[in-house]
Amino acid sequence: MDQAIRRLGAFVNQGLMGMGQTAVFGVVVLRSLFVPPLRGRAIVAAIYDSGVLSLALICASGLTVGFVLGLQLYYTLSRFGAESSLGTAVGLALIRELGPVLTGLLVTGRAGSATCAEIGSMKATDQLDGLRMMAIDPIHFVVMPRAIAIVLVMPLLSALFILFGIGGAYLIGVELLGLDGGSYVSSLESAVVFSEDVLQSLVKALAFGVLLALIATYRGYTCEPNAAGVSRATTSTVVTTSVCILLADYILTSLWGV
Amino acid sequence: MGLPGSPASHVEVEDVALRFGRRPVFKDLHCAFPRGQISVVMGASGAGKSTLLRLIGGLQRPDRGHVRVAGEEIAGRGDAALSGIRKQLGMLFQNGALLDSMTIFENVALPLREHENLPEDEVVRRVRARLEAVGLPDVEDLLPRALSGGMLRRAALARAIVMEPAIVLCDEPFSGLDPPNVSRIEALLRDLNRELGLTLIVTSHHMASSLRMADRIFLMRDQACLSGTPLELAQSQDSAIVEFIGEDGAEYLARYASGGEGGP
Ligand SMILES: Nc1ncnc2c1ncn2[C@@H]1O[C@H](COP(=O)(O)OP(=O)(O)OP(=O)(O)O)[C@@H](O)[C@H]1O
Ligand SMILES: [Mg+2]
Repeated sequence: MDQAIRRLGAFVNQGLMGMGQTAVFGVVVLRSLFVPPLRGRAIVAAIYDSGVLSLALICASGLTVGFVLGLQLYYTLSRFGAESSLGTAVGLALIRELGPVLTGLLVTGRAGSATCAEIGSMKATDQLDGLRMMAIDPIHFVVMPRAIAIVLVMPLLSALFILFGIGGAYLIGVELLGLDGGSYVSSLESAVVFSEDVLQSLVKALAFGVLLALIATYRGYTCEPNAAGVSRATTSTVVTTSVCILLADYILTSLWGV
Repeated sequence: MGLPGSPASHVEVEDVALRFGRRPVFKDLHCAFPRGQISVVMGASGAGKSTLLRLIGGLQRPDRGHVRVAGEEIAGRGDAALSGIRKQLGMLFQNGALLDSMTIFENVALPLREHENLPEDEVVRRVRARLEAVGLPDVEDLLPRALSGGMLRRAALARAIVMEPAIVLCDEPFSGLDPPNVSRIEALLRDLNRELGLTLIVTSHHMASSLRMADRIFLMRDQACLSGTPLELAQSQDSAIVEFIGEDGAEYLARYASGGEGGP
C-alpha cells in the first residue's frame, strides 16, 4: 500500500514536472519567434512537410467519416421522421467535435511523429550540437519553424476535413439515399452559427495545434540521443498528444458552455 | 606542463572533473593548448578525447574545474553567452554532423550566411575554395547521405574552417581516409596553422600523421593527461607512453630526434 502510494506520487510528480518543462520550453520557442531572422523559408518548408503532405490523408479521412456519419445519422433520424435535419446533425457534429479532434489525432500520427523523430535524430547525430558550435541556436533554427508550421496548419486541415466530411455525408444522404439536396444544405446553413460553432471549431484546432507542436518538438529535443531514445520519444509524442487532445477537447467544450 | 617561455596557452583546461553517472571520465584533468600550434590529443578509444573537445566547445559542462578559451571562462555558461566565443571556434565532429536536409554546399555556406552579410558570389567563392581544399570539388549539390564517411568528414572540415576561426577542434579528422587523403588533410591543417596562425586541437589514432604534424602531444590516460613535444615523448621511459606509441612511432621518433628526414 505504502509502496503503491509512493509510486503514484512519483508518477504524478513526474507528470507535473514534464508539463512544467514543456511549458517552459514553449516559452523559449515562442520567444525565439521574435528574434530575427524570421526563417520564412524554413517555415514554408515545414508547412509543406506537415501540411501539404497531410492533405491526402485529411481529405480521404474527412470523406470517409462523412460517409459514415451520413449513413448512421440518416437511419437514426429517419426513425423520428427527421431525415431532413441530416445537414444540421452532420454539420454540427463535424464542426464542433469531429473535425478538430480527428484532424488533431491524424496530424499527430502523420506530422507530429515525423517532427519528433526528425528533431530527435538530428540530436542523436550531433546535428544540433553542430549548430550550437556554429553559434546558431537550434531552437531558433530547427524547432521554431516546425512548431509554427504545425500550429498554422492545424486549423486549415481541420477546416478541410470538415468540408470533405460535409461533402461525404451529402453524397450518401442526397445522392444515395434520395434526400432533397436543398433541404440538406439549408438545414446545415440555418443551424450553424458562426460566432458559436465555427469559432469554437477554430479555437479547438488551434489549441490542438499548439499542444502537438509543443509536445512533439519538446520530446524530440529532449530525447536520449540514440535510436532507442528517438523511437521512445516518437511513441510518447503520439500517446501523450492524443490523450491531451481528447482531454483538452472536453475542457474546451465544457468551458464554452454548451 | 607550461615550460617557462613557452607560448601563451590559447585553451586551458584546469582541474576538471567529469563523470557520466557513476563512471568518471576525468578527474584532475589539466591541459594547456598553446596558441598558434598544433596539439594532437591521443589516447585509447573511450579515454575521453571527444569529451575533451566537447568540454572546450562548451557542449559539455564539467562537474568541477575551469575551461578557458582565449582567456575567457566557459565552464557552466549557456549557449547564448557562448555564442561570441563559438564564432572563433570551428569544430569537426567525429561523425561530421552535417545537416542532412541541406546540400553540401548549403551546409558549408551556413555559417557564412548566418553570421556574415556577404554577397552571394563571395559566399560561392569561399565555399568552393574550402571544398576544393578538402578535395571535394564536385559534390556541392549532393545531400550528405550520398557521401561516404570519409567524404562527409572532409565536407564537415570545410564547414568548420569556412569562417576562418582562431581555434579549430578536429575530432578524428583522419579516420576512415585513404592514404592520399590523409596526406591532403594533414597538409591542409598544417597550412591553416602556418598561414593563418590557427590553434589546432586534433584528436587522432593515426600515429604517423599525428607525430608528423604535432607541436605538442597530449596523451589521455587514467582520467588525466600527459603532454610533451614529440621529442620528449620519444625520450620518455614511461612504459605506458612507450607502449602507446608502439614500434612504428618509436622508429619514426628516433629518426625525428636524430634530425633525419621525416621530421616536420
Ligand atoms: N553522453 C554520455 N553519456 C554517458 N557516457 C558517455 C557519454 N559520452 C561519453 N561517455 C563515456 O565517456 C567516455 C569517453 O568517451 P569519448 O567519446 O570521449 O571517448 P573517445 O576517447 O573519443 O573514444 P573514441 O576514440 O572511440 O572516439 C567513454 O567511456 C564513454 O562511454
Ligand atoms: Mg571520440
